[in-house]
Amino acid sequence: MKLRKNVAVSEAGLLFNPVTGESFTVNPIGVEILNLIREDKSPDQISKAIVDKYSTDQTTFEKDYDDFIGILYHHNLLESHEETTI
Amino acid sequence: MSKIRYERPVIKKIETGMPNKFGTRTEYEPMTHIDGLAVKSLVKEYGSPLFILSEKTIRNTIKKARKAFETRYPKVQFAWSYKTNYLNAICSIFHQEGSWAEVVSGFEYDKAISLGVDGKKIIFNGPEKSEEDLAKAIKNNSLIHIDHLDELYTITELAEKINFRPRVAIRVNMDTGVYPMWDRFGFNYENGQAWDAINKIMHSGKMELAGLHCHIGTFMLSPYAYGIAASKLAELALSVEQKFKHEIKYIDLGGGFASKNTLKGSYLPGTDINPSFDDFAEAISTALLNSNFKQDKLPLLILETGRALIDEAGYLLGSVISNKRSSTGRRNTIVDIGVNILFTSFWYDHRITPAQAFTQYTEDTCVYGPLCMNIDVIRESISLPLLNRGDHVVIHSVGAYNMTQWMQFIALRPNVVLIDMDEKPHIIRLRETLDNMNSQEQVPAHLVKFNK
Repeated sequence: MKLRKNVAVSEAGLLFNPVTGESFTVNPIGVEILNLIREDKSPDQISKAIVDKYSTDQTTFEKDYDDFIGILYHHNLLESHEETTI
Repeated sequence: MSKIRYERPVIKKIETGMPNKFGTRTEYEPMTHIDGLAVKSLVKEYGSPLFILSEKTIRNTIKKARKAFETRYPKVQFAWSYKTNYLNAICSIFHQEGSWAEVVSGFEYDKAISLGVDGKKIIFNGPEKSEEDLAKAIKNNSLIHIDHLDELYTITELAEKINFRPRVAIRVNMDTGVYPMWDRFGFNYENGQAWDAINKIMHSGKMELAGLHCHIGTFMLSPYAYGIAASKLAELALSVEQKFKHEIKYIDLGGGFASKNTLKGSYLPGTDINPSFDDFAEAISTALLNSNFKQDKLPLLILETGRALIDEAGYLLGSVISNKRSSTGRRNTIVDIGVNILFTSFWYDHRITPAQAFTQYTEDTCVYGPLCMNIDVIRESISLPLLNRGDHVVIHSVGAYNMTQWMQFIALRPNVVLIDMDEKPHIIRLRETLDNMNSQEQVPAHLVKFNK
């Protein structure tokens, strides 16, 4: 799973897709996940990084992560639709 | 090292220049406390969902309403509309504040009597009053507001039988320039029905025509309609005096004042556009003072407003059950508050505030209740901060009608807690139990046994 090459994400959480011209806002934890995806981290690694840092548990994060990835696909921001479940 | 507060990841498309039914973000601060008590603790102690009523807000609101009228008109009397919220504790607060009781059924009448309200201070409205109810009201010298001719004839017969002269008023419906015109209660002003009823009462000599009453609508957004109603009733009262040399002691303008809730489909929030007590008081008082009543013969002005006096004092606390996505990607949030206990969600876009800290990020959300019914929608479209499972929400302005029109449907009805003037909580209605429900049922003997 990869973020589309041309998609730009600012630190402040503004995401721009030059292919479609669409802009999005992303919250800080969302930006963090997008950066981890960019770094080719696996869903397991992303989960560990988030659960270690934030006051959440793996089950809750897994559910929210799947939902987030689903919406990234919905907006056509990911390269391919692979298995995303942690 | 302590961990950072978790917020689920969210991405939202920026759409400029497009009309959006979800509107903009409206909540900037969480509602963590109500009258000094933590929402979290209240839910922990009394369960979720949970109705909360603020005694402080109720007393402040009735004081504000009285001030608005009493500073403009010399003789004002409020009568608490039982159907709006007839929990005993709530009625008692209004009676302590000097309100009479306004009831619309035998059940409500008995409730007022059981609370110790003087029969003379009960106004008996409504289209259905049994002979037994009427006889009781006549003996207690209550004010009976006649809705139709059948009732008028029944009262005439009962007055003769009981040998007591009941105090009555007729209910008058009229065109006040608003649509729809309410013409189902009482006798019409314009086509002469009202006069017909007055003539019958006056010629019978069996009743004392003490007042004139009207109930022109509900959630009225125009105070001027009340001004027109007051003028028409004043004219009728003065005509009665002229024709029969009989003084009408009071004019009762019923209820219907809008609260600060936002009606569905309204472009602007109710807090910004709905009239205040001062607006209603100004329209009504001006109409009565400008009529031809002599200064020392002004009739008593009775007001039966319910909704505007109690709506803002009521909160409904609930918890998030789940977050889902619709087929179109919209956020669906399920809470444990269903339309069975929040009947007014069919009328209003209720304000919903999270009870815990949140960031500036929001999602366009549809809020569903827990019932297995498609109609169980609390808010169809609202821009809400990010909520997690187990988070609490506060639904505002639910004090009117929800605790009388609620249904035991699928789930049992929850506790109702009153927070008193010293910020102490009291359960004023216990949550229902299976035993409560079963105690009302009977199973015939042949249906008791089945193969297990």
